[in-house]
Amino acid sequence: MAERIRVLVAKPGLDGHDRGAKVVASALRDAGMEVIYTGLHQTPEMIANAAVQEDVDVVAMSILSGAHMTMFPRVLELLKEKGLDDVVVTGGGIIPKEDMEKLVAMGVDRLFGPGTDTRDIAAYITDAVASKRGGR
Amino acid sequence: MTDLKKAREAWEKKTAGSARQRDALFTSISGEEVNPIYTPEDVADLDYMEKLGFPGEFPYTRGVRHNMYRGRLWTMRQFSGFGTAEDSNARYKFLLAHGQTGLSVAFDMPTIMGYDSDHERSQGEVGVCGVAIDSLRDMEVLFDGIPLDKVSTSMTINAPAAILLALYVCVGEKQGVSSKELRGTIQNDLLKEYIAQKSWIFPPKPSMRIITDIMEYCAEEVPQWNTISISGYHIREAGSTALQELAFTLADGFAYVEAGIEAGMDVDTFAPRLSYFFNSHMDFFEEIAKFRAARRIWAKDMRDKYGAKDPRSWLLRFHTQTAGCSLTAQQPYNNIVRTALEALAGVLGGTQSLHTNSMDETLALPSEEAVHVALRTQQVIAHESGVPNVIDPLGGSYYVEALTDKMEAGCREYFRKIEELGGVIPAIEKGFFQRDIAKAAFRYQRELEEKKRIVVGVNDLVDEGEEVKIDLLRIGPEVEERQKKVVARVRGERDGEAVEKALKGLKAAAEGDDNLMPHFLDCCRAYVTEGEMIGVLRDVFGEYREPPTYW
Repeated sequence: MAERIRVLVAKPGLDGHDRGAKVVASALRDAGMEVIYTGLHQTPEMIANAAVQEDVDVVAMSILSGAHMTMFPRVLELLKEKGLDDVVVTGGGIIPKEDMEKLVAMGVDRLFGPGTDTRDIAAYITDAVASKRGGR
Repeated sequence: MTDLKKAREAWEKKTAGSARQRDALFTSISGEEVNPIYTPEDVADLDYMEKLGFPGEFPYTRGVRHNMYRGRLWTMRQFSGFGTAEDSNARYKFLLAHGQTGLSVAFDMPTIMGYDSDHERSQGEVGVCGVAIDSLRDMEVLFDGIPLDKVSTSMTINAPAAILLALYVCVGEKQGVSSKELRGTIQNDLLKEYIAQKSWIFPPKPSMRIITDIMEYCAEEVPQWNTISISGYHIREAGSTALQELAFTLADGFAYVEAGIEAGMDVDTFAPRLSYFFNSHMDFFEEIAKFRAARRIWAKDMRDKYGAKDPRSWLLRFHTQTAGCSLTAQQPYNNIVRTALEALAGVLGGTQSLHTNSMDETLALPSEEAVHVALRTQQVIAHESGVPNVIDPLGGSYYVEALTDKMEAGCREYFRKIEELGGVIPAIEKGFFQRDIAKAAFRYQRELEEKKRIVVGVNDLVDEGEEVKIDLLRIGPEVEERQKKVVARVRGERDGEAVEKALKGLKAAAEGDDNLMPHFLDCCRAYVTEGEMIGVLRDVFGEYREPPTYW
């Protein structure tokens, strides 16, 4: 039987808009995942450290402040430095499609914009984690 | 009345069997059941003079001014700001040239959270969701060519509000405009930060101290200034229902009244300058009822509970912003329609000033084209719809009056709950508001996913494989580089001794009881940066931390 999927839901940077992060956290918990919510105002370092400490399968970040092109790449870099290559990196917020494409090209696994059905996020995470675990 | 009751029962009986029912929720967006029809039965105890009165008279249900929009239209005040002060100054001039009648400043996250643009925590955030303001130099540029005796300015700033107000006063000084002539608002509503917007710095007690210092200072020196914009907008955006928005916002408002009284001020010296800020969401009539109920509740309690004698203390004046959270990233042109309906609800609700969202805001900050349409939306309502020609035209509607009464009753029920918890700040500490808001947000999301509630283009009437082609506003990393150089230059060119002296004075005042405003002014005049001032206060007051619960 597969281990429960552990998801770190994080709010990077100074952005205080946490409605989306909390809704997603609740939905993933209801979908049977173990959710760790970092709370607000996390630096990329704090997020990467939490990912290590909590031994998560997924890092899911929510950014509505426009700082996504700095935050996502920095977290990716730090996760790599810490040897967390297998962690699924996902997230959402106010991110134009063009920027989503750039971030995915940089190594973010998938991003979900406004209007996303949380069941799609849960389904995606389940598949993505299974693939990564299968690859080990 | 019994004839009417009989007639209604007969009508219901006749139509019951044959009536088809759409597969939809017949509830407001807030989940309140609505009846198919409202009649005089639903407003049987409506005493016109007691519940409605005339506009400009207690209890102000129909409007705060006796002539409302016949005297003067609401202020068209688009919330705006991005990049550096030069960039935003240009956008403000564009908006003023296109008929906007008041300014509203959006600051970037570093400014909001009290960090200078070159601080480590500001990386990636400078100028991206608002304008970067580090010192008086930036403020002077922001209002370059804009006479402060001719415009009113609202500034959406909370923890550092005293600093932005001081900077504005200093710009006025440089322009030769006395602080007594300045008109505007600072949001300065920390209670709702802990509840919803989350852009706090210090814990509640020092935050309230700063707020009462501002109230005291402005009563004397900036008498035309609205010292707080007691906000429901953000509470709603965080996911609350309309009733929660109404109740939590008014509870905050009364908490500020109590704080002012506790600080030794006569309620009539500061209450006339408290103002409000509400959301206008998609359920048309629910929003209108909410605005009317707000006015009535505030008037009654200010007069009867807090003993305010000046009628200006009984007036709930408010700004409205159409609901950002109702907009979609899918088929963004539909947002123009949503914003128009929400704006109309605000006008029918008697708002004093209005911001209409741009249709591309689910993707980026407003482009020039999009904000042009948003502004024109207000102007079409103003000049073409006929709505502003009659005061409170929905007054007397069986539905609207019944709904207004229901909102008031529900609000007072919430007031009781909050009292039981010990008041607003204890309730915040217990997570009361935050939990209700998170649960309402989750419930709404579930409704959408189960298709109990439809959002066009998102969970129904979807355009598969949609390609959104809009020219979005882009703010590049060069903004941060530019601003870092500016703040470095300001630090290099100023009088270091004056800076040190001013900061020392600020620290001493913070540690004691003196009003902080004169010290903020001294700092601003010496080109102390915002981050430096907040840094000193962080040391004295500490920082607020919220437990990471998501319910």
